[in-house]
Amino acid sequence: MNKNGLNEPNKNKILVKKLNLFYKDFQALKNVDLDIKANKITALIGPSGCGKSTFLRTLNRMNDLIEGVKVEGAILLEGENIYEPEVDVVNLRKRVGMVFQRPNPFPMSVYDNVAYGPRIHGLKNKRQLDEIIEKSLHLAALWSEVSNRLFKSALGLSGGQQQRLCIARLLAVEPEVLLMDEPSSALDPISTLKIEELIQVLKKNYTIVIVTHNMQQAARVSDVTAFFLNGELIEFGSTEEIFTRPKDQRTEDYISGRFG
Amino acid sequence: MKPRSSFDKALIEIQEDIFQLANLVEQAIFNAVQSLIKLDPAGAAQVIMCDEEIDELYAKIESKCIKLIATQQPMARDLRIVVTGIKILLSLERIGDHAVDIAQATMCIRESELNRKCSEYLTKMSRIVQQMIKDGLGAYRERDAQKAQEMCTLDDEVDHIFTKIFQLLIDNILADPKSIVQSSYLLYVSRYLERIADHATDIGEAVIYLITGERKKLN
Ligand SMILES: Nc1ncnc2c1ncn2[C@@H]1O[C@H](COP(=O)(O)OP(=O)(O)OP(=O)(O)O)[C@@H](O)[C@H]1O
Ligand SMILES: [Mg+2]
Repeated sequence: MNKNGLNEPNKNKILVKKLNLFYKDFQALKNVDLDIKANKITALIGPSGCGKSTFLRTLNRMNDLIEGVKVEGAILLEGENIYEPEVDVVNLRKRVGMVFQRPNPFPMSVYDNVAYGPRIHGLKNKRQLDEIIEKSLHLAALWSEVSNRLFKSALGLSGGQQQRLCIARLLAVEPEVLLMDEPSSALDPISTLKIEELIQVLKKNYTIVIVTHNMQQAARVSDVTAFFLNGELIEFGSTEEIFTRPKDQRTEDYISGRFG
Repeated sequence: MKPRSSFDKALIEIQEDIFQLANLVEQAIFNAVQSLIKLDPAGAAQVIMCDEEIDELYAKIESKCIKLIATQQPMARDLRIVVTGIKILLSLERIGDHAVDIAQATMCIRESELNRKCSEYLTKMSRIVQQMIKDGLGAYRERDAQKAQEMCTLDDEVDHIFTKIFQLLIDNILADPKSIVQSSYLLYVSRYLERIADHATDIGEAVIYLITGERKKLN
């Protein structure tokens, strides 16, 4: 368990140093410095287009897939720069996994969805797979709702269940960091609160970075909040501090809804 | 249309309501102190009657604050405005209650040598606590942390006078046990004034929190 930084409460999991990102000649991230603590939930907030998703994607090099992207600076995961050319990107994305805004289950059974990752990484043993599936679904707080329909299509689940299934699918490959881009924006309030509860539980064993447009959600779930504006990191601090006494007027204006 | 302009209006309204409550409370304290110094039971009765108005207004403003929290989810400075509003309200309401306490005691205090001996202290104490309330609310209106902090230092002076009255009354009880009832009323009154100063200090602390976001203990 120690690979996830457990028992080392204030350990930095990820260090972002002087990060710049360009989409061709448009600079979407400007000189971002940020440290992400192990076993903490870091919320990224800011107006639409400020670069939250772009930043999140830099943490597991998902931006590599986009044409014309240029990245400068460094991102150290456990001290190693993930932008070094010799880095195995597939392994990086296993360690740093992503949950998206809309649940995206594969068109196959609940079981096969969760088994997908472990199988790709070479696991064939049925007993071991069964164990991983059950454990992951438990961790994602979905087991009791799907245990009697494991072999039915995942597409028949509700939106909230699908999102938790996607989280289970991610957990099955034993990642260290979970990136979540507005994971509950497509869900109803109860499903949203379930996801929030789940995130709280998961933080014991994972480092979590979450993008959200819902200010109350950021305030409720996160330990640390980062406010972005026009590609710049404007303010970064404990969530309690950001939401009760932000230092920067722009942060104040944004979180109190007086932006623009 | 600016975002949150109706919310902004509601926040301003709450603050104006608080000043209205503060006016009533300051008036109550003023009347209570006047009745005490002049030993005027009719004036004291007036203070007791007026408390209902204070309680009603208090409840009305508090409901408005709760509604804003429930419906608007205030954040950052807005949150501090609402929370500070509730704290100041509570302090004002307590001060109002102590005005009533003073008025009730006043109705039981008789003209006496003892009373004359305490009068100078009580007058001085009353003057300071009224100044504290005034400055506390002034600091609130003007968002002046410095002023709030300075006001709070007056609390020490109040405590000092209280200790002196306390000693005087204890000595008096020891010398003349029959004076215990009258001495007790005078002791109550000075204790109420001392508590009012504490509540005024709480207002000062709330104002500092509102402005800086820092919690400071000033008494
Ligand atoms: N593939 C792309 N090619 C070119 N520009 C892009 C691309 N993706 C994003 N951008 C631009 O980069 C900026 C940041 O976009 P990003 O998606 O990171 O913002 P965001 O903060 O996640 O916004 P939202 O809250 O709307 O999701 C925007 O100006 C956007 O137009
Ligand atoms: Mg986005």
